[in-house]
Amino acid sequence: MKGIGIVSYGSNIPRYRIKAEEIASVWGKDGESISKGLGINEKSVPSVDQDTATISVEAARAALRRCSVDPQEIGAIYVGSESHPYAVKPTGTIVGEAIGATPDLMVADYEFACKAGTAGIQSCTALVKADLVKYGLAIGADTSQAAPGDALEFSASAGGGAFIIGRDNVIATINHTCSFTTDTPDFWRRAERKYPAHGGRFTGAPAYFKHITSCATNIMKMAGTKPEDYDYAIFHQPNGKFPIKVAKMLGFTYDQIKQGLLAPYIGNTYSGATMIGLASVLDVAKPGDRVFLTSYGSGAGSDGFDITVTDKIKDLARENAPTVAQMVEDKEYIDYGTYAKFTDLLYWE
Amino acid sequence: MADGGVARFWREIPQRYNLIGNKCGSCGRVFFPPRESCPYCRRKSIGKMQELKLSGKGEIVTYTIIHAGPENFKKQVPYPIAIIKLEEGPQLTAQIVDCDVDDVKIGMKVESTFRRIQEDGYTGAIYYGYKFKPLK
Amino acid sequence: MRDVAVIGVGLTKFGELWDKSFRQLTAEAGSKAIFDAGIEGKEIDAMYVGSMSSGRFVGQEHVGALVADASGFSHVHIPSTRVEGACASGGLAVREGYLSIASGMNDVVVVGGVEKMNDVSGNAATETLATAADQEWEAFFGATFPALYAMIATKHMHDYGTTKEQLAQVAVKNHANGALNPYAQYQREIKLETVLNATTVAYPLGLFDCSPVTDGAASVVLCAADKAKEYTDKAVKIIASGQASDTLSLHGRRDICTLDSTVYAAKMAYKQANLTPKDIDLAEVHDCFTIAEICAIEDLGFVEKGQGGKAVENKITTLDGSLPVNTSGGLKAKGHPVGATGVAQIVEIALQLRGDAEKRQVNDARIGLAHNVGGSGATCTVHIMEAV
Repeated sequence: MKGIGIVSYGSNIPRYRIKAEEIASVWGKDGESISKGLGINEKSVPSVDQDTATISVEAARAALRRCSVDPQEIGAIYVGSESHPYAVKPTGTIVGEAIGATPDLMVADYEFACKAGTAGIQSCTALVKADLVKYGLAIGADTSQAAPGDALEFSASAGGGAFIIGRDNVIATINHTCSFTTDTPDFWRRAERKYPAHGGRFTGAPAYFKHITSCATNIMKMAGTKPEDYDYAIFHQPNGKFPIKVAKMLGFTYDQIKQGLLAPYIGNTYSGATMIGLASVLDVAKPGDRVFLTSYGSGAGSDGFDITVTDKIKDLARENAPTVAQMVEDKEYIDYGTYAKFTDLLYWE
Repeated sequence: MADGGVARFWREIPQRYNLIGNKCGSCGRVFFPPRESCPYCRRKSIGKMQELKLSGKGEIVTYTIIHAGPENFKKQVPYPIAIIKLEEGPQLTAQIVDCDVDDVKIGMKVESTFRRIQEDGYTGAIYYGYKFKPLK
Repeated sequence: MRDVAVIGVGLTKFGELWDKSFRQLTAEAGSKAIFDAGIEGKEIDAMYVGSMSSGRFVGQEHVGALVADASGFSHVHIPSTRVEGACASGGLAVREGYLSIASGMNDVVVVGGVEKMNDVSGNAATETLATAADQEWEAFFGATFPALYAMIATKHMHDYGTTKEQLAQVAVKNHANGALNPYAQYQREIKLETVLNATTVAYPLGLFDCSPVTDGAASVVLCAADKAKEYTDKAVKIIASGQASDTLSLHGRRDICTLDSTVYAAKMAYKQANLTPKDIDLAEVHDCFTIAEICAIEDLGFVEKGQGGKAVENKITTLDGSLPVNTSGGLKAKGHPVGATGVAQIVEIALQLRGDAEKRQVNDARIGLAHNVGGSGATCTVHIMEAV
């Protein structure tokens, strides 16, 4: 795609953290070995007054503070999440109002487990390419919940990223994008249920690894590239280990994925994961850097992107919003009791 | 039908989400929430009130730490509530977040942030709006 | 404008009155006042009732009519009006009654104030009290009613060096007075340490800095002064009535530590009576929270702005001080059945000026002042009374 791509970006990570060891001690497990096994030390926890809508709004506002896009020129907003505050009433309408983009605006909410945000980037890219909108805003954000005592409790966390897509003042062109999708029941949540269920080890080879490697291979075929052509690679990160393994399988190095790997510090932010990973890369990227991204959403599918950073990134006022690294470091630890209170684990009449 | 009523809260979204106030076209005073006319200029201000989006930056004038909170805020107790003077002039009342209660001081510089304020029970509408955090 | 006198007073005990309903409370206070006034009932031209939130506390509006009915005046079709100004509802009812006589429209009027707060849960009562604040711009964002006065206290401490001990001394003093008042909700003295160590409600205010939830009713019979002798020789005169308003929200005020509504209502009253603060012998002020009494004695002009804390510390306002404040025990110890408070203040001043205040009697009490506030200071009434 000539000249279409990311115009600005922003992200938001709630400040509270709970350590894997703290969770493990409540359930009588060995915190240190769980931490090591998952590659996650601690995860982000939303406060009672934070949810997918507030995280989306803060990420979108950060993106707008960095550029000079007039919110009224944003023609579409897609918010992807598995924890939208309403099952019916799109988070995108709240974001639209909160950034001043209403009322001439296309909005719909997306769901595709952890890849709903990147799906939004694809839709915005297509709308811009078709000249149906001047700018599109794609957001991936979650305040994912895990059942108490379940393995997912160590990783399910909160955060989000927002990307403004357009043709003008593009800081990173989206050269190619494609997806790989099948009906694979590795992880799901039934409607009306509070917590997800999963297929245990089935979530590995036939799910995460198959879709990411297939999609990644297709993207590199489309782009005519090899792993060594890239300066950065971002993979979905349900824990700190899978992305390292899939990178190796594809021929990427740890150095390439390091900048975009946040799971060890904030856990798995689900729809926010690759979005925050990409934001982290853009925080440090230089003109000419080539970025590879493959997200993964259970159910299952992967979205792949081949991106090149342009000269215009120097004009972006990145300092007008906190970097991912700054937000990762801006933290306050809580104990399990407070975590239970915040995430509504305690129920009373 | 949600007993809490929806129109009353919907009507004030521009104020709660975006701090939209207004300014008297005659004397320049800024108001939040917006006023139909300027109390000082009265007739001279009719038809001259101009919508104005406030920056969200301000300073704490006074505060308290609430230990006995209402039902909807029980999970956040103890929490600071402050009167904040915005840089454009008007004052408002809001919760202070993202800092230790002991750090809240008169004169502290703050900026607005978008948060979930309340909800009409488990099935009713969710009301979003402003809270303030320390200006970094 | 004619002069107006108080010819009779009555009130129920204040407290958690499980056996008494809203109607029973009003009937009791009203009949005591009428009996005290030496009138039959047929002399009464109109009724005024102060009640902040009968709707939310007992699910009943239209209480002007209800009180006239419960008092036995419906068959003579007496005009009866309910007046509301949050916690100043009682003071406003007194003023309306006063104006109706001063204007020449009525000769004899009964004014009542009532609140039945314990028929709903503590949470519901707290939420109802918070409707005195700005619902959309204060309460909605998590500010409770105590939080508003707590913010006044924080600023007062910051600007003037007022201390928590000085705030606590207000509570100690008022409980000491309440212990001498058979109608008070709390009739026990308390220690300074108890107040200082109490659970925090909204920093810096603790449980004992806050007035309680109370059931109660109070009533006064007002009469044109030149006709008072027909009924009683215990009349006292209302020589001034002042009223003022201010922004509903605390954040809209000119100065957080000053209740301008008090300043202006007091100015109006002093001017009408041709008096200055120095002329006042005793005062019933609106101590919904300890800090409120400190601001009140400043804003009524008894001491300089910022010196209220010191005045309390120097025991100027105790029962035997140079200016006794809240000899009844105040809202803190006497109790605060919201709508009744403003009327109960008139009752106390009247008793003092008549020499009927028993153990609480202030010597040579000739001129008294009653100060009633609504919300965090959005409404205020000030009445000045003189012994005849």
